[in-house]
Amino acid sequence: MTEPRPQPLVRTSDLSKRYRVGRSPFPVQRRIVHAVEQVSLDIFPGETLGIVGESGCGKSTLGRCLVRLTEITSGALEFEGRDITSASQRQLRPLRRQMQMVFQDPAASLNPRRRVGDLLADPFRVHEKLSRSEMMDRVEELLVRVELLPEHAQRFPHEFSGGQRQRIGIARALALKPRLIVADEPVSALDVSIQAQIINLLCDLRDEFSLTYVFIAHDLSVVRQFASRVAVMYMGSIVETGPVDAVFSAPRHHYTAALRSAVPVPDVDNRPGQRIVLKGDLPSPLDPPSGCRFHTRCVAATTVCRQQRPVLSLVDKAHFVACHHPRGG
Amino acid sequence: MPTDAPLLVVENLCISFRTEGGVVPAVSGVSFSVERREIVGVVGESGSGKSQTLLAIMGLINSPNAVVSGSVRFLGQELLGLKRRALDAVRGRQIAMIFQDPMTALTPVHTIGDQIIEQIRAHENVSRTAARKRAVELLDAVGLPSPESAVDRYPHQFSGGMRQRAVIAMALSCNPALLIADEPTTALDVTVQAQILELIGRLRDAFGSAVILVTHDLGVVAEVADRVLVMYAGRVVEEGGKGQLFREPLHPYAWGLFASIPPMRGPRPARLTAIPGSPPKPSQMPQGCAFGPRCTFRHEACVAQPSLGGAGGHRSACFLPQDSRQDLRRTLTGRIPA
Repeated sequence: MTEPRPQPLVRTSDLSKRYRVGRSPFPVQRRIVHAVEQVSLDIFPGETLGIVGESGCGKSTLGRCLVRLTEITSGALEFEGRDITSASQRQLRPLRRQMQMVFQDPAASLNPRRRVGDLLADPFRVHEKLSRSEMMDRVEELLVRVELLPEHAQRFPHEFSGGQRQRIGIARALALKPRLIVADEPVSALDVSIQAQIINLLCDLRDEFSLTYVFIAHDLSVVRQFASRVAVMYMGSIVETGPVDAVFSAPRHHYTAALRSAVPVPDVDNRPGQRIVLKGDLPSPLDPPSGCRFHTRCVAATTVCRQQRPVLSLVDKAHFVACHHPRGG
Repeated sequence: MPTDAPLLVVENLCISFRTEGGVVPAVSGVSFSVERREIVGVVGESGSGKSQTLLAIMGLINSPNAVVSGSVRFLGQELLGLKRRALDAVRGRQIAMIFQDPMTALTPVHTIGDQIIEQIRAHENVSRTAARKRAVELLDAVGLPSPESAVDRYPHQFSGGMRQRAVIAMALSCNPALLIADEPTTALDVTVQAQILELIGRLRDAFGSAVILVTHDLGVVAEVADRVLVMYAGRVVEEGGKGQLFREPLHPYAWGLFASIPPMRGPRPARLTAIPGSPPKPSQMPQGCAFGPRCTFRHEACVAQPSLGGAGGHRSACFLPQDSRQDLRRTLTGRIPA
């Protein structure tokens, strides 16, 4: 690493999040789930990092840790070079305008009893001293920016379709012109024709406001379209990360390869080659396998995989993989 | 009965609901047939009427405000309007259905085995021991690991993929001639989905079942279907063999669907070609072609309702001239379809 790199907007070092399961008064019986395990990531200004993985892999928990919506158990989190691992809510407040989140289900994240105009005015009430008319102007501006109409401010969330509600969720995240937006499955509840509209909108906003996105999704094709870099998670850890094209066209981790080959392709002529069908089910996160978490389902597993946890190491330009026996490039 | 007759014939199926705001159509004039051992994919977005169509076939629409008309003939027998008892001889036994969420199809208080045994004994006069033996065989056939012990476990002890396998085993327990699957893999992770799709593809060989697979995912259809129906706003807008429909789709809505999907290989388009607007509400159906307001190629003829037409088993409901369709499609995306 000789060339100077820009300072990352977000940096995590060995970030972990553990949940205690069960409420037994005896500590011995309390069990611990490692939702996120020792994740070290740099997210650079202007890039879009996709985080992919299957349900329960910790991608949403990681997303919530990045904006400190959940407490971090160990490791460190920096935002613009400042350590905010254990910053108090009061200390975080000025930073909140810089980091926003868009959720999967816009119906659940918008208060059904309040008008859209009120919902969108909240960020201004909290963070800026504006007169009522200034506030309304800003709200209308936001609605227009996400391709809704100014008069939609008077309506309630239930009067909108799913795609429109997600536009409102995006408008709210955008209100204070943040630097970072963590979007957790923002299009997975939408029909495919609407999904394309929302992806296009997110792309336009990225260019217009020089946003940095963390885009969490289980749909690889959406991530391939939208992200510049991707991190693949399995049982709480990042197993592979690198430029989207490299990771998806020549995956080096056996799990990424299986994930990639499982995506059904809407094409009858160019069928993908031999599909890798994974054996068995995801192991219980309460009792994760030793060594490499994936060894129980991996075709290339050997003794070393059962004993030693592989660490992310560089295999190609900006392409890292955590595997003792990576696939050929 | 001649064995070359279609297994299932649906003709002019209409479903509407009486509401405070008047009668609202959900499905309008849907006709299709399913041959023996055929896998038919039904694609459409939410509200396209695909699930209602399936429910009507199974006689599961029992809202007092629903009006169902048309004809659903299974092996020559009319199912619409059949009495509950007569219907029960057909469904579960000859037509089985699986749903998106396997947890709602299983009761949490009985073991998987008991639920499959109940299903077998409801339709066949066999002993409990024999039914249990069948249950173990079925669980083995759908690929559940260690079926002898799985049969005594409860649904909550299974993962989502295992539950969907168990539900499929239950659906197959009476060797149905037709399996109706409503979004069977939507709630599952993609690697588990691959396992289940592989299983559904195998059913035809192992059990001789025909399958109607409803999904919103064109990738899933490309994976397993022989023939495809595309539904929009309660109507079938295109129907064809999988090869025909994927190589040269005829309806602008199908073009839009294909163009909306981000490609998994090759260059990434700078922008996706989205379909503008959103599907019409059933209470506010536009005049004429329901896709008209979102269609790039709308013209004067589109104020009328197009009917499904075309040659060689590949039909579409659109007024555009047949021979210029593929050129028009290219202008939509700027991409040359593969």
